[in-house]
Amino acid sequence: MSSIRVLAPGFQTSVQDLGRFGYAHLGVAASGAADALALRAGNLLVGNSENQAALEMTLVGGTFEFEAAAVLALTGSDLDAGLPLWQAMEVAAGTILRCGASQSGARGYLAVRGGIAAPTVLGSASAHLMTGVGGRALRKGDVLPIGSEFVREARKQTMQPPTGEGPLRVTAGPQASWFGDELIRAPYRVLEESNRMGLRLRGPAIGSPAGHMLTEGVALGAVQIPPDGQPIVLFVEHQTTGGYPKPANVISADFWRVGQLRPRDEVQFELVSMERALELLRDQEQWLYSLI
Amino acid sequence: MEIRPASDRSLLVSFGDAISLETHRQVLRLVRAFEVLPPGILNLHPAYASVLIDFDPRRRRYSNVEALVRQRMAAAAELAVSDGRTVEIPVCYGGAFGPDLEDVARHTGLTAARVVELHASVQYLVYFLGFSPGFPYLGGLPTELATPRLSAPRKVVPAGSVAIGGSQTGVYPVDSPGGWRIIGRTGLRLFDAAATPPSLLRIGDTVRFVPTAETRL
Repeated sequence: MSSIRVLAPGFQTSVQDLGRFGYAHLGVAASGAADALALRAGNLLVGNSENQAALEMTLVGGTFEFEAAAVLALTGSDLDAGLPLWQAMEVAAGTILRCGASQSGARGYLAVRGGIAAPTVLGSASAHLMTGVGGRALRKGDVLPIGSEFVREARKQTMQPPTGEGPLRVTAGPQASWFGDELIRAPYRVLEESNRMGLRLRGPAIGSPAGHMLTEGVALGAVQIPPDGQPIVLFVEHQTTGGYPKPANVISADFWRVGQLRPRDEVQFELVSMERALELLRDQEQWLYSLI
Repeated sequence: MEIRPASDRSLLVSFGDAISLETHRQVLRLVRAFEVLPPGILNLHPAYASVLIDFDPRRRRYSNVEALVRQRMAAAAELAVSDGRTVEIPVCYGGAFGPDLEDVARHTGLTAARVVELHASVQYLVYFLGFSPGFPYLGGLPTELATPRLSAPRKVVPAGSVAIGGSQTGVYPVDSPGGWRIIGRTGLRLFDAAATPPSLLRIGDTVRFVPTAETRL
């Protein structure tokens, strides 16, 4: 079995697939790629099924040695690897791939034909970094075996990366009626303390309502308002339940953009209808599947 | 039962806004009705009086999931919800394992021995597991033991720590940050991803804490 050797891990690199489902009732969050669209595109480009495990790199990418020839694709953030992005390519045995600091966005993905053959825990290879369920961040010297399962030939053409301009779209959250439109009125800034669990934002404080709130289940992309009025966007490693009210929820079609937000980026929210959210998701799926 | 969208891929089934045995039974009924998740239903997040259901919006529509919930709840209405198991959790109270026991005693005006005695005197209901892997939300803490959380949470609370936060008590299954007052520790593993099932406790179980010497943990 061929493998990838981690010569340098970068800032935070981990094995991710599309997540671990069916265990939220035990307190286990789905985890999975922060930019699932880039992960899926990478897999489709190299001929894998879309859920195969790949490497997720954050802000600064790693250095990797391919012990045998491999077909790979780099998607998501441009990590300055000196190779074309959003395109399948063949590398020879002994190739060393050196990634650097992100030139755009926050997370880049390295997908390999056959997938990363990482052990699965509760049905997924995704590392949940906060709890260690499914694995940890990669370290120097780690060796990652490459699997042998793929479903089609690698794609010859380069694909156009998705564009994520404009406000981040949200639908009304479970406690929307407790709030006015403060959330969508002004831009917010992403704080350094943001991670896969959640993005902490800073901007005009949102008045905390006096409503009675019992701890309840929380959805991916929920925008919650803690007592200090500064919104937190719950992300892939979010806790499964929480007690803060949620005026809004990021739409599925914009999750990947949340995964590409960097500290100090500006976020403006825009409220859309449920119908519009689903329409945007349909368009995105069509665009992705036009790859095959 | 009230059902409303929480996002474009989830809905919230709510049974009111009170913590009670009656609402807990409804939550339990819904969880049991979805013990095996149908295709396109991704996760159930039970809580005190509600269940959030995540679905794959490419395979299911909100109206379809809502209908499925109503249909399964109607079919389960007659079903008796069986009692959960009783799980004994041995706890070494105080000392290095329970650094906040004295603070809880001071706050409650009780002796440390009385705090332990009261904490171990009752049965606790596992309302649900949430927040982090295997973390039980327990009901039944004697009201005399309620103690405010720490003003600044600890960066790491060791796995197995038994703690009181406000009017709640719980056990930290994995090392995690936390602001509850730690009164003891258990050697039982509450969460092990490699075990089947991975969580020691299940929704609806009853928990008893049993004071134990350190050497027996």
